[in-house]
Amino acid sequence: MSTSPDSLTHRPEPGAGQIRKGLTLSALNWLGVAPFFLFALLFLILPTATLMIGAFQDADGHFTLGNIAKLFDDSILSAYWISFEVSAASALGGTVIGLALALAAIQGGLPQWIRPTLMTFSGVASNFAGIPLSFAFLSTLGRMGLVTVLLRNYADFDLYGTGFSILSFLGLTLTYLYFQIPLMVLIVTPAIDGLRAEWREACESLGGNSVAYWWHIALPILWPSIMGSALLLFANAFGAVATAYALTGSSLNIVPILLYAQIRGDVLHDQNLGYALALGMIVVTGLSNAGYIWLRSRAERGRE
Amino acid sequence: MKSTSRLGAWVAIAIGTLYFVLPLIATFEFSLKMNRDGYSFEAYKVVLADPGFQATFGYSTLMAVLTIIVGILLVVPTAYWIQLKLPRLRPLVEFITLLPLVIPAIVIVFGYLKLYNSSSWLPLTGNERATDLLLMCSYVTLALPYLYRSVDAGLRAIDVRTLTEAAESLGASWPSILLQVIFPNVKSAILSGAFLTFAVVIGEFTMASLLGRPAFGPYLQLIGANRAYEPSALAIIAFMVTWASMGLIQVFARNARPARKTA
Repeated sequence: MSTSPDSLTHRPEPGAGQIRKGLTLSALNWLGVAPFFLFALLFLILPTATLMIGAFQDADGHFTLGNIAKLFDDSILSAYWISFEVSAASALGGTVIGLALALAAIQGGLPQWIRPTLMTFSGVASNFAGIPLSFAFLSTLGRMGLVTVLLRNYADFDLYGTGFSILSFLGLTLTYLYFQIPLMVLIVTPAIDGLRAEWREACESLGGNSVAYWWHIALPILWPSIMGSALLLFANAFGAVATAYALTGSSLNIVPILLYAQIRGDVLHDQNLGYALALGMIVVTGLSNAGYIWLRSRAERGRE
Repeated sequence: MKSTSRLGAWVAIAIGTLYFVLPLIATFEFSLKMNRDGYSFEAYKVVLADPGFQATFGYSTLMAVLTIIVGILLVVPTAYWIQLKLPRLRPLVEFITLLPLVIPAIVIVFGYLKLYNSSSWLPLTGNERATDLLLMCSYVTLALPYLYRSVDAGLRAIDVRTLTEAAESLGASWPSILLQVIFPNVKSAILSGAFLTFAVVIGEFTMASLLGRPAFGPYLQLIGANRAYEPSALAIIAFMVTWASMGLIQVFARNARPARKTA
């Protein structure tokens, strides 16, 4: 729509001078976005590209697939596997609980003030990640944490006696949920808003109950959005460093922490293996983001 | 049927509230226990009086402000130019601005260390000022997705072309078009992007730690590893900073809405 005034000013049969003027103009146009592309090249694309190239080189700079092959050694593969499990568990939990909360606030027939409150809080909590978040969960579920102590004193329940630890897989997943759930609420809300009241009325007038509505109408419409959001949450957890590092130090062997230790002190004793480790992370987060974008475009097409 | 679904909604909200509020209560309670003989704000006093806190918090605040300024100077003209002159580049620019969400921060900073080490063609990690510059650029990179999306949405809501042509016909130069016509019209979008950037940058750990700069994030980590009660006080402070940033976004968004309707 914004191109229509442009096409009106375009005259047919331009003279040679006009063409030359048009050329310099378009060169000038490119100059307008040059700072942005220069910045992106220097601080985003080249640094990533140099790692990707390094992943396929040996210490002398010759081409090799050896680094990639070493990613499948047991110690590194297990780091990827634990990362995968934590990210998948927190993405799954975040998707289900976030969806339930968003549905409750939007369609649950609750008082008006619930929704804006949930949205504002989600904006805050989805950005309350990293080191302060790990402190908060240590104060809650750590050995001396409030919930641990209350359970021991009043419910006679020894949380740590069950083998639970905030430094474990379950503890890390519970902590990640604190930013995963709000993120889900924020992403899925527009999709839920897209459900039209007429669809439910049409379903009811045809004799369908609530279960039929959700199973045959709402869920199939929301499905691409839900799956896409889950992939985004997965990538979000997979790249997170600070929360896990402050919470577990290096006791939990996940990829971002392994990479952090590698950058700090070359713990793998192989620079190029480090680059391959980084490449592996980009592949995982890249694939899940690509899936998210594809599913989102499907969801948008379905809505038209 | 209706009442059971409403009950379910209440239960969901109640459990959610419990999960999200409990850690905050627990952290706050823990932060008050530094004195053995009862609750006090001792941990906060200790933290706020710590020169390390003041220095690192000041450093990160300065970094956040510089990030916001450079980010705005980079993003607003670009988004404006794309909208006005090069709409076919929009998908490419949008794709690039989303890359920092795809490439983990730790990978980006790893690339910096490989590309800009002290023996490279551009030794940005060679001295402290240059590393500060590199850290700021890394933060601009992290902020790109938030800044670009909010500025682009702001620009789409106004008629950029008409405003530009009106200013041009009155003889305005390009800098004054941008500064006096475009900036004021997308002020609230810029501000909401800026506050989000502030919330992201102020406690950032990975970049600052691996580039070895004395920012608030690495300080938090150090205190967390060595102290008992101060980390809780710091977590409450960090939460309030995040809350304040988000609250200010809401305030500006609310103020912007009636203005946009009359425009």
